Amino acid sequence: MGDWQLVIDSFPQIFMAGLTMTVPLTIISFSLAMVIAILVALIQYAKVPVAKTICRFYIWIIRGTPLLVQLFVVFYGFPSIGVHTNPFWSAVAVFAINEGAYCAETIRGSLESIPFGQMEAGYCVGMHYSQIMWHVVLPQALKNAFPALSNSLISMLKDTSLASNITVMEMFFQTQRIAGRNYRFMAMYLTVAFVYLIFSTILTWLQRWGEKKLNFYSAERK
Amino acid sequence: MAMLEIKDIHKSFQKMDVLKGVNITVNKGDVTAILGPSGSGKTTLLRCINFLETADQGTMVFDGKTYDLAHSDKKTIAEVRAKTAFVFQNYNLFANKTALQNVTLGLIVAKKMPKEKADEIGRKMLDRVGMSDRYDYYPSQLSGGQQQRVAIARALATDPEIIYFDEPTSALDPELIGEVLNVMRKLAEEGMTMIVVTHEMGFAKDVSSHVIFMENGNIVEENNAKDFFEQPQMARTKEFLRMEEKK
Repeated sequence: MGDWQLVIDSFPQIFMAGLTMTVPLTIISFSLAMVIAILVALIQYAKVPVAKTICRFYIWIIRGTPLLVQLFVVFYGFPSIGVHTNPFWSAVAVFAINEGAYCAETIRGSLESIPFGQMEAGYCVGMHYSQIMWHVVLPQALKNAFPALSNSLISMLKDTSLASNITVMEMFFQTQRIAGRNYRFMAMYLTVAFVYLIFSTILTWLQRWGEKKLNFYSAERK
Repeated sequence: MAMLEIKDIHKSFQKMDVLKGVNITVNKGDVTAILGPSGSGKTTLLRCINFLETADQGTMVFDGKTYDLAHSDKKTIAEVRAKTAFVFQNYNLFANKTALQNVTLGLIVAKKMPKEKADEIGRKMLDRVGMSDRYDYYPSQLSGGQQQRVAIARALATDPEIIYFDEPTSALDPELIGEVLNVMRKLAEEGMTMIVVTHEMGFAKDVSSHVIFMENGNIVEENNAKDFFEQPQMARTKEFLRMEEKK
């Protein structure tokens, strides 16, 4: 079968595109998303005036509009008003800002689930708000949010395929180019699906390992 | 001279007046038990004098200095808290820290003490409450009584002049109450100044030097412990003690 040969030939090319573009795009975007999410969650949890309203507005806009539209606004829209853009960094910015909004809500929820008594106990032994947050509340909140955040990371890995629409040469873009040459659409798209599955599976393993590591202070569950 | 004086403290939540002008005086070494039915305002009183709630009105003279319980800035509050400690009904241990870390965190983070020295104090405090074999256990691996003893060790570590106990045994299974009360009894014998909001009549009778009986945001009666239990003056106090005896 010629298709099998094509799959075997194109697999390394697609896989490498994944390794050199999809994976860095995901890691950089998600790391930035985490920074945004934690900041936005903390601002809301601490009810910082004005900043809190700005955060709500940000979340409202980002969650209320499609990711693909956001990518197009940045990559095709900005140049038309004179702002120069680069495909990779446009994608990083949009993914970080988009995922940041969703993860901010996840983290805010976990922060609010940590019993307030621990905050009071921290005050009573002389710590300030930020010290208690850093040493006591935030670590517990992030631990509780870990499974949901892992979900977001796996989603984002797959969503980076949308960046092909703004000419980022990640693995779906490469697959489309190969399929455009050989017309074996089924074989090529199944191949790229399989590569996504490999990366997602690795993330799932990492999640399980991370959960075990983070579970050090929980009572044994039977 | 009195170590702690609370004057005319008022506090209301929404329209509910929880404290209606309470005065108390505590001398060094006193163990003051605050008794009273649920909703009498005893816990709120304790929380207000450590600024966990902001009183609507009231002053506190502590260690020779006068504080406004209704309007104090963060710095003043920190100054008071540095000399006091609080033990909560629900322990409120830091769930992500071991027993030893629970005791040392405040020393290391707030008091900037070197870790070795903090650990030394931490172990000493845990030894004092009989938790020598549980330094590295997390709260979820400890029983309620053990958690509360760690919380007491945490309170002791900051070397407070007074410790406030807010119903320290109310969340505990009956068979675990004794171990916590024994630790508190030992502290009282060592001369620690304590205010204890409690439902434990036995503890109030045997350990406390003074008893305050509160109801509806007011102090109904207060006396030294012996007279309070042997010769209660007010009809309401007598009724309360009679009900408690039947339990």
